Amino acid sequence: MTDTILTTRMNAHPSDSHTISRYLNTGGYQSLAQALEKMSPDQVAEEVKASNMRGRGGAGFPTGVKWGFLASGTPRYLVVNCDESEPGTFNDRQLTERDPHQLLEGIIISSYALRVNLAFVYIRGEYPKAARRLQRAIEEAIEAGYLGQNIRGSDFSLDVVIHLGAGAYICGEETALLNSLEGRRGEPRLKPPFPAVEGLYAKPTIVNNVESIANVPWIVTNTGDAYAAIGPERSSGTKMLSMSGHLNAPGNYEIVMGITWRELIFDIGGGIPDGRKLKTWIPGGASAPWFVPDEHLDTLVSFDDVAANGSMIGAGAVIVMDETTNVVEAAHRIVRFFAHESCGQCTPCREGTTWLEAVLKRILDGKGRHEDIELLLDISDNISPGLKWPPAMTTICVLGPSAVSPVTSITRWFMPELEAMIAESEVAVG
Amino acid sequence: MNAVIGHWSHENQKRVEAIIAAYPQRRSAIMPLLYLASLEHRYVSEDAMREVAELVEITPVQVHSVASFYTMFKKNDVGDYIVSVCTSISCYLNGADDVLAAAQETAESVASDSDDDVAVISVEHVECIGACGGATAVQVNYELLEGVTPERAIALVNWLSDTRPEVVLADEMQQLFGGRRSFDWGSTESFGATGPVPAFGPYGSAQEGR
Ligand SMILES: Cc1cc2nc3c(=O)[nH]c(=O)nc-3n(C[C@H](O)[C@H](O)[C@H](O)COP(=O)(O)O)c2cc1C
Ligand code: SF4
Ligand code: FES
Repeated sequence: MTDTILTTRMNAHPSDSHTISRYLNTGGYQSLAQALEKMSPDQVAEEVKASNMRGRGGAGFPTGVKWGFLASGTPRYLVVNCDESEPGTFNDRQLTERDPHQLLEGIIISSYALRVNLAFVYIRGEYPKAARRLQRAIEEAIEAGYLGQNIRGSDFSLDVVIHLGAGAYICGEETALLNSLEGRRGEPRLKPPFPAVEGLYAKPTIVNNVESIANVPWIVTNTGDAYAAIGPERSSGTKMLSMSGHLNAPGNYEIVMGITWRELIFDIGGGIPDGRKLKTWIPGGASAPWFVPDEHLDTLVSFDDVAANGSMIGAGAVIVMDETTNVVEAAHRIVRFFAHESCGQCTPCREGTTWLEAVLKRILDGKGRHEDIELLLDISDNISPGLKWPPAMTTICVLGPSAVSPVTSITRWFMPELEAMIAESEVAVG
Repeated sequence: MNAVIGHWSHENQKRVEAIIAAYPQRRSAIMPLLYLASLEHRYVSEDAMREVAELVEITPVQVHSVASFYTMFKKNDVGDYIVSVCTSISCYLNGADDVLAAAQETAESVASDSDDDVAVISVEHVECIGACGGATAVQVNYELLEGVTPERAIALVNWLSDTRPEVVLADEMQQLFGGRRSFDWGSTESFGATGPVPAFGPYGSAQEGR
């Protein structure tokens, strides 16, 4: 039974897991050699498809299926998404800083499978160390003949270019990312056309998350079937979870899904500091609707189990809040984030998120009115009709509806607290 | 290429060419070039935007529109050190508001004791910087420091003001002022930032420090 795929090397060799010498003497670039020498590009893509790996960037779309949509025609591009900016997520940073060659080998093999000769890695501007480490890895790989022209004597050539973001969460959305990479404002594009058909420079483009791509070398060496055999059906493989908030042992954990949230929070995350009680947690980053102990502690950690309970695993960020948390302030923090990061193209998102932030702020400032609860829900419904998750999309991207998740979470699970806060202000105002 | 490149140093002139050559289309070079311009002047000036426009062959208005979309392209002088305190959810839950207040107060008092025109240290609050397991997270010139308390924030700002490090090194700061980290950083790194621009070799400020 495999426990870890992605963090094996960095755990065993903490001091130099990022260097090519360590990478090579722990089996590195063997998967690439195997792919180039023994497999056709299509055979590599077949293995990835057989793995059933679902994309790790948030939407959970199977990577092999996405690859199958890549239109013919050249040039075509692979773009790796290391914009990681959703509050609570920090696992792509660890994968890139601590094992950049693993990611790079994944990029090279994936490019071979997709018949791509130029790949980009979009790294958020706040991750200069990740960019430095990956740049160094690129230079080392070129020197060692694993990257560049006619790799290992084959007729496959590849360049990898790092592009640094500059502080805009929305650029993590794949079409905004492509605009940003083209030197434009990072505004999401209307889909269709999807990037696989018309992506970077209007050419066929695959956008994948760092963690998705970093799994590819293991899949090639161990087969897609072996990957698919790990964990529950439709949640195969391991998943990096970023755990933060009120926890004794915050950090990134590579887990096999199928455990309960209770095990995750109390065993792996070490439970809540000072014996305080768990109040609520966000199972999949700031965008996701919240879970509560009475309902969800025995729910399983998997894509489908979380979705069945109206939320999502997303990019794998678990944010834990204990009994001392002011949930209205917590919701306000998250809404403020989305309001700040809205690109402004869609009116419901631009105006709605600003409104939600203002109403929550006024409640927090002791100026809440009873009608504010209805107002919050009205605005929310305007951004995300029906208040469902996954949302009914009326905006260009899912940022708008994401801003609604904290609001519907507090009105659903913590209404008495919200009402009490407003009642107190009404008494004070008289 | 016949652009007006009066503002670029000789070394950066070479980087300009390499940046443009890395992309299939010139326009893609806007962001790296804006970083390079920030490196020369500590922020993106109107002049710099005109030069970038000329280099990538679009109008200054278009460059302006791109530059204004991204928060890391500063439009005025932020001084030598930009201290960014995360106050997003996970850091908030771990006391980030107090860390921000402590950093701001210390920076203000340091500035009022000096007669520099532009404050040497500016403090800003930012949204999540991907270090939530090491809340509260702070960056100095985008170099990370994790596990920051109000006391550590005060010590950090005073240290920046007193020692004025030429290269800001994450590992050095973490050793001096840091607490719990999101994950083991592994071996120490000797490259850091020489200005308020991400320290990335091809177009940032990465330089070897102590
Ligand atoms: C607002 C928004 C922000 C996003 N941010 C990221 C991100 O930082 N990293 C990422 O990999 N995917 C992000 N995504 C998802 C991407 O659009 C895309 O689905 C993903 O990169 C595809 O990779 P995958 O198939 O490997 O998961 C974001 C989506 C939205 C709507
Ligand atoms: S939903 Fe919001 S962030 Fe997304 S495209 Fe519309 S305005 Fe921009
Ligand atoms: S919430 Fe502060 S670093 Fe993520």
